[in-house]
Formats: sequence, C-alpha cells, structure tokens
Amino acid sequence: MARINVFDILGPVMVGPSSSHTAGAVRLGLMARKILGDEPREAKIILHGSFAETGKGHGTDLALVAGLLGMLPDDERIPQAMDVAAAKGLKTAFSAGDLGDVHPNSVRFDLKGAAGYEVTVLGSSIGGGQIEIRGIDEFPVMLRGDYPTLVLLHQDLPGVVAQVTAILAAAQINIAEMRVSREKKGTVALTVVEMDQNIDPAVMALLGKMPVLKRAMTVDPLV
Amino acid sequence: MRAYMDLVQAANQQKKKIGRVVLQEQVSELEKTAEELFERMRANLRVMYQAVETGLKKKEHSLSGLSGGDAAKVEQRRLGGQSLVGDRLSGAIARALAVAEVNAGMGKIVAAPTAGSCGVLPGVLLTVQESGNYPEEEVVLALFTAAGLGMAVAERATLAGAEGGCQAEIGSAAAMAAAAAVELAGGTPEETAHAAAITMKSFLGLVCDPVAGLVEVPCIKRNATAAVLALTGAEMALAGVKSAIPLDEVIDTMALIGRQLPCSLRETAQGGLAATPTARKIQLTLS
Repeated sequence: MARINVFDILGPVMVGPSSSHTAGAVRLGLMARKILGDEPREAKIILHGSFAETGKGHGTDLALVAGLLGMLPDDERIPQAMDVAAAKGLKTAFSAGDLGDVHPNSVRFDLKGAAGYEVTVLGSSIGGGQIEIRGIDEFPVMLRGDYPTLVLLHQDLPGVVAQVTAILAAAQINIAEMRVSREKKGTVALTVVEMDQNIDPAVMALLGKMPVLKRAMTVDPLV
Repeated sequence: MRAYMDLVQAANQQKKKIGRVVLQEQVSELEKTAEELFERMRANLRVMYQAVETGLKKKEHSLSGLSGGDAAKVEQRRLGGQSLVGDRLSGAIARALAVAEVNAGMGKIVAAPTAGSCGVLPGVLLTVQESGNYPEEEVVLALFTAAGLGMAVAERATLAGAEGGCQAEIGSAAAMAAAAAVELAGGTPEETAHAAAITMKSFLGLVCDPVAGLVEVPCIKRNATAAVLALTGAEMALAGVKSAIPLDEVIDTMALIGRQLPCSLRETAQGGLAATPTARKIQLTLS
C-alpha cells in the first residue's frame, strides 16, 4: 500500500452518507461491472452483515446499483440509481443472506450481461471507501482495484501461466502480483494478474488466441 | 512515524507556512506538480463550499427521516439578527450542520477526514475566511495544513470511529480545523499545534454511538459543536495560550483511549446513545 497522502485525508469527494456503506458500495458495484466486462442486464444482489442491517438508511442498495451502472462515488445521480437502472434495462433483485466468514460489509452479485455472460462477484467494503473483491465465480481472489488487472478463466493445463507471462513480458508489462486458483486439478482455473502498466487491445487479442482460454477480462484500476 | 512537530520545525526552518511545507512534501511523494495538487485541493474546497450552500437551503429529510432542515433554522435566526452567540459562531454552526445534512441526504461532500465529520472543516474555514476576507488560495493552503495534521493522526492513531470512537473522527476533524483556522488567520506554526492540541483534548474519550447505525444521530449535530470547539481552540492559541501537553502526545493519547474503548462504543450501534430506549424504538421503525 502506498503511503497515506493528503487526498486520503481530505477525500474522497463522494455522495454521502457513509464512506464504507455508500462510497465503498459504489466502488464494489463498479468493480463487479468491470469484472463482468459488459453492460449488466440482471443483478441478483445478496447483502451480508451490516450491509443488510443498516444498508437501507445508508443508501447501500442505491450505491451498489449506481456502481453497476458505471457511476463513480461522487455521481449526484446515485440517489436516483433505481430509476436510471430501469431506464437502462437493468433488472435488480435484493435479498439479505449469510455469505459466510466474510467482512461485515459484504455483498454478492450474480450478474448477467447484455452479451449473455454471467459472473458471480463477492466483495467487501473495508472502510474509508476502500474495497476488496474476494471472489469471482467459485474462485477466491483478492483484488483492491489499485492496479490494472487481468482476469483469465482457462483450462487447468501445464504451461498456461508460462504462456501468459511470456505474452506480457513481450509487451513490456511488469507483473505486480499474480495468483492462480482452480476448482480441482485439470478442470477450470482462474488467473488474476495485477500489472504496473495498462494492457492494450493488441495484447488482449494475443491472449485471446490461446486455445485453453475461456474468457479474458481487463479490469482498470478504480479512481 | 509522522509527527506534527516535524512539520512545525520544517515550517520554522524554511520560514514557510505549514500548508506550504505539506504541499512541497506531497509533490515529491505523489510525483505531481505543486500546481496539480493545489488545483485538486481547490476543487475539494469548492465541493465543500457548494455543500454549505446546498445545505443551508435544504428542507428535505434524509432517507431515514431522522435529520434535515436544522441548518436552515439556525441560519434563519442568524440572518434575522437574533443570534445568541453572534454572527460568526452562529455562521459556523449553521454551515457545519448544512454540510453534515447534505451528507445524510446523499448529497456530494468531501470526507474530511470522514463522511461523518465532513461539516467541521467547511464550517470553520468559510467562517474564518469571511472574517479576514482571505483569498481562496490562502484557504486552499490551510486545507494542506489540515491534511498534514490528519496524516499525522492517521499514522499515530486512527481516523476511524470503528477503531477509535468519535474522538478519532469528529475530534480529529476539529483539531484539523483548529490548526487550519490558526494558519489562515496568520498564526505561527507553533500556534497551529497548540490550537489542535487544545481542541483535541476536548474530545478525548468521545464514543461513537450512532443511532440505528446511521451517520445522523448524534453525528450531524456534533459537527456543529465541533466547529465551535475548533474556533475556541484557535482563539486561545492565537492569543498565545499554550497546551501543556504537546500535540503529538495528545494524538498518542487519543489512540490509547481508542484502544481502551469497548467494542460497543465504536460504531457498532450497540452502546451509548444507540442503546437508549428511544434509539431502539427508532431502529425498529427503520428495519
């Protein structure tokens, strides 16, 4: 983590009332949207812990939907997020649930996009507007939105990691952190690569040519 | 670890304001030009002042219905020339309330240092700015002073109510506002430290007990009382009154007290005002 700076103290500029339950919730929605990589059409949203208990008064539901629609935490349309969702054709359904051993401010999104992609994203708002994505589909991950990030869903076969890193190295992209997780040996694996540089479409196209790849998504850092 | 007294020392050595020293330090830390950082802080100040303006006119209530319209009441009485405490303090009270009400109503604010304490700095700074007719640039610089103190508090203690109670949020906001007010009003670097120390000492032990877990009761009105205490601390320091306990030791004490607070008094809405019969009733009507 970078050393604290003046804009961590006087900031963020945000729509209230709560940095964790409102601003952080917007950022969680935004990260989920980026991970879906598509315009969301359906969102089942499960609120856990304090999000479920005090979310209504903090506008957590509005904030999560605002993020799914691509709004930032300082967007003054956040209070009208439900109307904007209706206008944009995003259907939402909220429920309260126990997401297990997670942070008290946690949420799970089951998303379906315009192109038919589906993804499940689990995330937590850990205070001061900071967030962590802790799950993508059935895979545990840890994303904070600090770096440009590559999310790859692929078959669990030897050499995949080497191919990915070779393509990134050829493009002069430095890897900050990389994690591979899988359901069980030889099935589907998820690779998350946090990078120092942005990845351009040409490199994405190269990665897309890998036969073992099921899906590749880029997630730009949160502002 | 950052110490506020290091900033005071650097300011004295370089014969500069603390705000200027903080800005310069951030230029190397963030690898941006001083102009870029200054303009970003100016944008923050304008959001703060816009929130004051919006909040003073606001009659609507928050989502919960617990708050709203109080800033306008105080402002009306002030404009009617009826203020008990005088124009300046009454203005600070109304403005701090205004911004905190905008926050509760899902309006746009600057967390300073948190959303729950966002009204203190705008309330104090706008009031001091008017008192001396200071140009906007001076106020922006005072925000860097406030942020310099906030960074020291964040490193030595905490700014989160969930960790340190309300003293960490409103107490820190008030100390930051006091230091910024002194610098804006032409005080010395030492005087900014005394103002902040005197102010923070008045908040030691203050618990975080939000009714129904919402950033409204008692948070909104505490923004107003904190703005007045910040101006009180600034007034004393500008007159040469000194804090017997140095600022950094006061900050360390705040951290220690925060750790001694039981969990029920740290933003969990399980103790304090949140556990009163009335608060329980409110919570039931909201769920």
